[in-house]
Order: sequence, then C-alpha cells, then structure tokens
Amino acid sequence: MLRKDRWRLIVMIAVIAVSAFVVLRGKVNLGLDLRGGAHIVLQATGTADAPITPDSLDRLRTVLEKRVNQYGLTEPTLQKQGTDRMIVDLPGVEDPQAALRLIGKTALLEFRRVVRTLYQAGALPPQAQRKNYDSDEEYNAAVARWNAYKEQQEKNKVEAAEQVKNFKGEDGQIAATDDSGSIFLLDKVLLTGNELSNARQDHDQLGRPAVSIEFNSDGAKMFDEATAATVGQRLAMVLDGSVISAPNVNERISGGKAIITGHFTPEESKNLAIMLRAGALPVNVSILENRSVGPSLGADSINAGMYAGLVGLAAVFLFMIVYYRLWGVTADISLCCTMLVLFALLVAFRATLTLPGIAGIILTIGMAVDSNILIFERIKEEMAAGKTPNAALTSGFGNALTAILDSNITTVIAAAVLYYFGSGPLRGFAMTLTLGIIASLFSALVVNRVLLQFMVNYGSKTFRVERQ
Amino acid sequence: MRHYKALLAFAGAMVLASIVLVAVRGFNYSIDFTGGNMLQLEFPEKVEVGQVREAMSKVGYGSAVIQSYSDTGVMIRMQGSSDLTPNELRDKIVAAVDALHSGAVKLVNFEMVGPTVGGELRNQALLASTIALAGILLYITVRFRFRFALVSVLALVHDTLLTLGLFSLLQQEVGMTFIAAILTTIGYSLNNTIVILDRVRENWHKLAKIGMEQLLDDSINQTLARTINTSLTTFMPVLAFYVWGGPVLAGFSLAIMCGIIVGGFSSACVTTSILYAWQLKSPER
Repeated sequence: MLRKDRWRLIVMIAVIAVSAFVVLRGKVNLGLDLRGGAHIVLQATGTADAPITPDSLDRLRTVLEKRVNQYGLTEPTLQKQGTDRMIVDLPGVEDPQAALRLIGKTALLEFRRVVRTLYQAGALPPQAQRKNYDSDEEYNAAVARWNAYKEQQEKNKVEAAEQVKNFKGEDGQIAATDDSGSIFLLDKVLLTGNELSNARQDHDQLGRPAVSIEFNSDGAKMFDEATAATVGQRLAMVLDGSVISAPNVNERISGGKAIITGHFTPEESKNLAIMLRAGALPVNVSILENRSVGPSLGADSINAGMYAGLVGLAAVFLFMIVYYRLWGVTADISLCCTMLVLFALLVAFRATLTLPGIAGIILTIGMAVDSNILIFERIKEEMAAGKTPNAALTSGFGNALTAILDSNITTVIAAAVLYYFGSGPLRGFAMTLTLGIIASLFSALVVNRVLLQFMVNYGSKTFRVERQ
Repeated sequence: MRHYKALLAFAGAMVLASIVLVAVRGFNYSIDFTGGNMLQLEFPEKVEVGQVREAMSKVGYGSAVIQSYSDTGVMIRMQGSSDLTPNELRDKIVAAVDALHSGAVKLVNFEMVGPTVGGELRNQALLASTIALAGILLYITVRFRFRFALVSVLALVHDTLLTLGLFSLLQQEVGMTFIAAILTTIGYSLNNTIVILDRVRENWHKLAKIGMEQLLDDSINQTLARTINTSLTTFMPVLAFYVWGGPVLAGFSLAIMCGIIVGGFSSACVTTSILYAWQLKSPER
C-alpha cells in the first residue's frame, strides 16, 4: 500500500474512533424548542428618574438572575443584546405565564400614606324585587332610587378616573387604584422595598396567603417613623403603581416586621416574596418577544425529526446501492461516518441542537452524498477515457476536488450569514449545516478514498470499464 | 443550447408569474414579521377549524387566522391586542376554546412578537439575504470569472422568486424559518450551478476549437447524471421530513423541496442559456 494511502487509513480510523468515543460519552445540548421552555426578549425602557446607563443591563441581569435562581429553574440563560435588550432563556418552564410574571414585573414596593379615598368601589345593593313591595308605585320608586344610585356611582367612578388621569401631584403625591377599582390619593413615598432584608411566603391570621417582610436596620427605623406618622390613618403598600393593600395603622411598629396581605393566590405570594427578596428591577422592561414551547411538543418534535431522518437515510442508502451498486455501498459507509463525525462535532462544540438543526442534519444527508456522486461520475469518465483503475481513481478525486470545495464553501457562506443574523433556532440550523459540511468533506475525501482504493487494490470487478 | 431561447422564455414567464402572484396575493406573513401572537393548541379529541373560529368569535377574535395541522391540533395567529396583555389574550382564548370540550385543551406552543421586533426581523432577513448574495458573487468572481458570478446570482434570484411565488400561491407562512429555507436553497442551488460551471471552466480551453454551443452542451451532458442524482438524494430526505417531521417545520421543508427542483432546473438550463446568449452578444475568450 502506498504511503499516502496508509496515512489516509490511519487518519480515517483515528477520526472514527475519536468520534465514536465522544458521541458515546457526551451529551447533545438540546435547544429550547426541543426541550421545552421559554425564550423571552426584554426591552429596557428608561424613565426620567431611571434612565438607561451603561451598567443598567448588568444590574438588570443581576436582579433577574437572583429571581430566576430562586424560582428553581435549571440552567436559565440571560444574555445582553445591544445596549438595551436582554434575552432570557428559561428551559423546562411549563407555563409561559409563570415565567413572564416573574421576570416581567418591576416589583417596586412603596409605602405611602393614604391622604384620602377618591372613589370607593363597592358592590351595588341588591336590586329591588317586586315581591318585597306592597304596591307597584313603591316598587317603581325603589327601582328608580336604585338606578339613580347606580348612575351616581358610575359618575363618581368616571370623575375619579378623570382626576387620576389629569393628576399632577405636588410633592410626590400620586393617585393609584387597587384591584377592586377603588382609587386613592397617596402621599409621597415613605420607604421602599430597597429597605427590605427578607421577604417570605406566609399566611395572615385568617390563613390566607400573604407575604411577611422584614426590614433592615435603616428600614426598620424608617418604618417606625412612617407608622408613627400614620397612626389612625391608612398606610398603602403600592406595588408597581397599584395598591395591593392599605390597612389601618393602629400603633407604631418598631420591630421592623410586617405582613402584606392582599388578594393573593399561593403562587402570587410566592412570586412576590421572591421578587422582593431579589430586589426591584432597576429599569422598566417591556416584553418584545415571548416564545414558549411546551415540553410535549419538544419531545414530539424530536421523535418526528428522528423518524424522518431515518426514513431519509434509508431512502438515500437504497438509491445509492441501486444506482452505483458496490460503489454505492462505499458511499453509504461514508455517509454513516459523516453522521458519526457530525454528532461528535456537535457534542465537542457544545452546539445547541434545535428543530431547524435537525432539518439541517437531514439536509446534510442529501448533500453529503453529493461529493461521493461527483467523485464516482468523474472516475467513470476517466476510465471511459482509457485510464487504468488506479490512475482513474487518483485523477477522479483530484479533478472532482475543485467542484466539491467550491460548492461546499458557498453553502458555508450562506450558513455563516444565517448564523450571524439569525437567533436561537436558526443558528442551530446554520451550525449543523456547517458541521455537516465539514463532516461530509472528511468522509468523501478520506473514508471514500480509502474504501475505493481498497477495491482497486484487490482488483474489484467494479473497476472494469463498463457502465455501472 | 439549441433551445436556449425557449428555456429563457420559460424561465422568464415563471419569474413574471411569480412576481404577479406576489403582487396580487401577497404573503401570509408569520408573526415574526408582523408582530402578534401565535398559539398552538392540542385538543383531547378531533376538532374542526370552524368550531374553534366560532368559539373565538364569541370573545371577539373571529378575524384570527386559524389553521389546523392535524386532527387534533390548530395554530391560531393574530395581531396583538391593544387592550390586553399578550398573556391575558392567551388565557381568554384558551378559556373560550376550552368551552368546546370536556377535556383540557393544552397550549403546546406560544409565541408573542412585539411589533417593533417584527419589523426588525424583516429588515434583518432582507439584509442577511443581500449580504449572502454579495458574498457569493464575490467568491465566484474570484474563483471563476465575473460572468459566471453574475449568471449564478441571476439564477439564484430566479430560484428565490419562484419559491416566493409558490408560497404566495399556497399562502404558506412566511417567517424567519422561510428565510432560513431560502438561504439554504441559495447555498444548495449554488452547488449545482458551480458543479456545472466548474465543468465549463475546465472545458473552456476548447472554446476556440468547438465553439460555445458545443462547449456548454458538453458540460451539461457530462454533469447531468450527477445533477439528477444529487437532486434526488437531497430531495428524498427533505420529503421525508415534510411528511413525518411534524407541523412546525412543514413549510420550511416545502420551501427547500421547491428550491431543489427549481434550483436544479435553473442551474442546468437558465445559467447556461444566459451564458450562451451573453457570449453571442459579446464573446469572451
């Protein structure tokens, strides 16, 4: 065997062995669309008193990380994008709503004194019923009174809403609503959630879900002063501009502890505790993109992709054997090697496999065979022109090389552009396509060569000059 | 090359038809480009698109685009609602649709894209395609010659327009995955073109002796077996993916299959026809 051939054989065996080892020992990184999870893009928006600064995103990331970690998610990733965007990937989140509630809320907690109630939302009294009245006139009068009351309430509500809209607070006053629709006029901020040292999911005296909070030493002092100043009045707890609770203050509280009750579900109280512990978001965020794939779809996609891949593989195998016969077998063997090397590269590069990535692999199956076909056709031509099998093999490979390289490089250019401009799943596609090309080049030029050379050396009948 | 005029006319007609289709029918843009919400729902039993539409009309969303991809699955697409947050919107719909069935309707996939992002993705897609084409033009000019490069790019534009036309005709969804398919088709169709042009390049030294027509014919014939076989071996796996790969990427596979067929034709016939016509007009040595 020639020296070059021996080298090729050694390289081939080495690469295959290493690939097999890597694949057996390693794990393929699955993308969100195969694992299930949420991909969220946040836009940070600055306000007059909280503008975006170069470190805004970093601070935002810190707070989000704390929240997400406390929520107990595995391997969340947070990435900055540009100067004012954050990409959050939360794998394994079953309910996209939950993830959003956790990271989308600013969670700024403020304590403010209630100056007065602008509008008290309340249920209307029950409607008049005819049977409760002795006569039609009394009934009609009752109905008229009820309607008048309802109208008055609605007017009050509209007026109060107008006041809120046109409100220009002096000295830090704001108007805020609570979840029942009541509107309050609130005084300036007395203290905020920054002063908290701890927050826990808890229950109030009636057993309803609540959040118990503890202030740090500065906060405890401020809370003490705040409650002293509001004895006999109501102290509103405002979360992101909405009043969640406005209890009466009976006495000053110096212990630095309090309980926030509101209409919480257990999940809401858990989330609020987490958000208070992690801190308020340093900037306002809005959700630009939210793509959540349920894990069942992910699993289905993997199965579908694998099934399709196997069918495709089988079809190609069959075709090559039927058309090229024994040479087709070598092509099929190199195809198997291509797949092996491709997966090894995926594992080695820790590339993320996404659903488009699986499509890329399937495309690679078809394109990998192309190099083989190019070589086979070329060798046939060379032999038809009169060369000996060995010479035909050598020149066949040599001449086909330019076509193989040029065509694959242009595909890589397209893949590179896609990688640069794409995001997430599309990058997975570009990645597998590129790695697939690398793997297929190796197989076509090395593995295929070794096998064909083998056949020539052992005087394979397929190398006679006759149509395959 | 005898029939080069007919081939060019045919290609030209297809391109024109595609442009007209796109202008008249427009595209079925996915929320990637328009912004909005997409919900993919799995029902516990068979469901008709009509039933879902009825349920959604009751809550005011009868104008949403509803597609069923299987007996029990539907995809709902709608522009963002201004008065509800995306998640409230989603909950409302799931509740309305749940009313149809005793079992629970599962939300398996949910996408929300803000309107600004939609516009950005569209621009990005355009930019990506343009840069890819420019890069390819440059590479082929360097490796071959400028005419070959221009002719290749023209063939690619032809392929892209035809695929766009098909998608407009079938009103298949056009989004980021479609762009990925187009870029893939570009890369792949280019493979074919380059193999043929590589052969033309190789035979070029015979130009003076045998003339352009013979040169091109020979080049095509010599590479024909390879072109057909490769198109087949690439088409089959993608077809398998289209049939069995699930609803999420069905459109993607369709675009690539179209690209393979159209690309094969354009590489063999369109590029060489244009080269021939060009050579007749202003011969190169």
